[in-house]
Amino acid sequence: MFEQLLSLMWIVAKILLIVLPLLGVVAYLTMAERKVIAYMQLRVGVNRVGIRGIGQPIADAMKLIFKEIIIPTASNRYLFIIAPVLAMAPALVAWSVVPFDDGWVLANINAGVLFIFAMTSLGIYGIICAGWGSNSKYAFFSAMRVAAQMVSYEIAMGFALVGVLLAADSMNFTEIVQAQSGSVLHWYWLPLLPLFVVYWVSGLAETNRAPFDVAEGESEIVAGFHVEYSGMTFAMFFLAEYANMILISSLAALMFLGGWLSPFQGIPLLEATFNWVPGIVWFAVKIALFLYLYLWIRATFPRYRYDQIMRLGWKVLIPVTLVWLVVVAFAVQFHLAPWFNK
Amino acid sequence: MKRLLKTVKSFTLWELFQGLFVTGRAFFGKKITVQYPEEETPISPRFRGMLALRRYPNGEERCIACKLCEAVCPAAAITIESEEREDGSRRTTKYEIDAFKCINCGFCEEACPVDSIVLAPEMHYHMENRGENILTKEKLLAIGDLFEDRIAADRNADQKYR
Repeated sequence: MFEQLLSLMWIVAKILLIVLPLLGVVAYLTMAERKVIAYMQLRVGVNRVGIRGIGQPIADAMKLIFKEIIIPTASNRYLFIIAPVLAMAPALVAWSVVPFDDGWVLANINAGVLFIFAMTSLGIYGIICAGWGSNSKYAFFSAMRVAAQMVSYEIAMGFALVGVLLAADSMNFTEIVQAQSGSVLHWYWLPLLPLFVVYWVSGLAETNRAPFDVAEGESEIVAGFHVEYSGMTFAMFFLAEYANMILISSLAALMFLGGWLSPFQGIPLLEATFNWVPGIVWFAVKIALFLYLYLWIRATFPRYRYDQIMRLGWKVLIPVTLVWLVVVAFAVQFHLAPWFNK
Repeated sequence: MKRLLKTVKSFTLWELFQGLFVTGRAFFGKKITVQYPEEETPISPRFRGMLALRRYPNGEERCIACKLCEAVCPAAAITIESEEREDGSRRTTKYEIDAFKCINCGFCEEACPVDSIVLAPEMHYHMENRGENILTKEKLLAIGDLFEDRIAADRNADQKYR
């Protein structure tokens, strides 16, 4: 009994160890986004709260916490309240199978990729519930858009993941990363380059980020599914969106950029020089790289038109992944060196 | 051939990378933000800000109550009453501008034959109570005294074109 309790507390401690830094990163990601986009527009961005604007996320959080939560009388109360939870929970749960270093993983299950895929798909229900439960035209339009967009891009994303499974011969993230060890050229970004690009594009679409952010389409439907939300309920959607961004970035790092593996592996002198750097640092650097790419893309590209989004998803990304899956299958079958010759 | 080139371009994401390159360069570019309360953008000597009445260097008010400004004012913001002073010169007894009516067009300044009514190069002012929008003669003269240096400098800088 006591031992069970102890192991339970150990698990809770590990969960806190993952979730609390994650929320911190989410908070500062919002600031990084404002800063990066400002810099790209030749502005300086937030710099008033604290030293160089470092207190801005905290000030934002305080403001949101103290705001009133308004529940529209015409809304479906139950769905309206449960929607932010539905959006937030899967974004956090998915982190349980992400390995931060060799063996640093909460649940080392053998179907990690499948679990992640299920969790990211569940996140859609939060948005659809919010759109339906709000009983507002804009929110409803947004929910419709999200439903169609996410279902379309999930297929392309799923196929991109199938390519990784095929290459690594495993659904376990730790094994996927270990299959990439060798050098930078052994990472899967090179043999699976088209799938990598497709994964990234559908990742942008899955998280409703620019240039696929029609769900929030400020110019057409105000704020989309969260028009009717205020205060902390709105903040939950915000947190979920950013947590999902970090999740997609970390998955891209795990599956295509070798997770916690050092980029200097296989280079004689540099490998020894950087041996002391813990794997989690490399993992964090790779995640940061992808997050920056998220912001960079947002600052650069205009929003897609809706039919163009659909065309890209169904007529470009899915055929590309199908073709490259065949290529990967052949490469694996014939043990193409240096990636598949194990 | 053209179609082939287009296909290659779209599959290598060529134009997207060009776009990313532009924003990537701007990321390291010089920032043009003016940190407003601490820094301000330079203003022209013709800047039309607060209303003010000027005096001659000997302390005599310039206004001779010709009422040209009152006549030209498109918003009818100026009210003037005048009578003869003890020394026989014509002076205003009342010179009031409703700052809420005023549209800062600067016609009064153009009409004034003695450069008395001017628009000072100051824009940071506000009103806290009702009635403060009526700028009386005393207030206008006080504003003029306060900014006289800058007003005179601006008029000098623009002398050639006046």
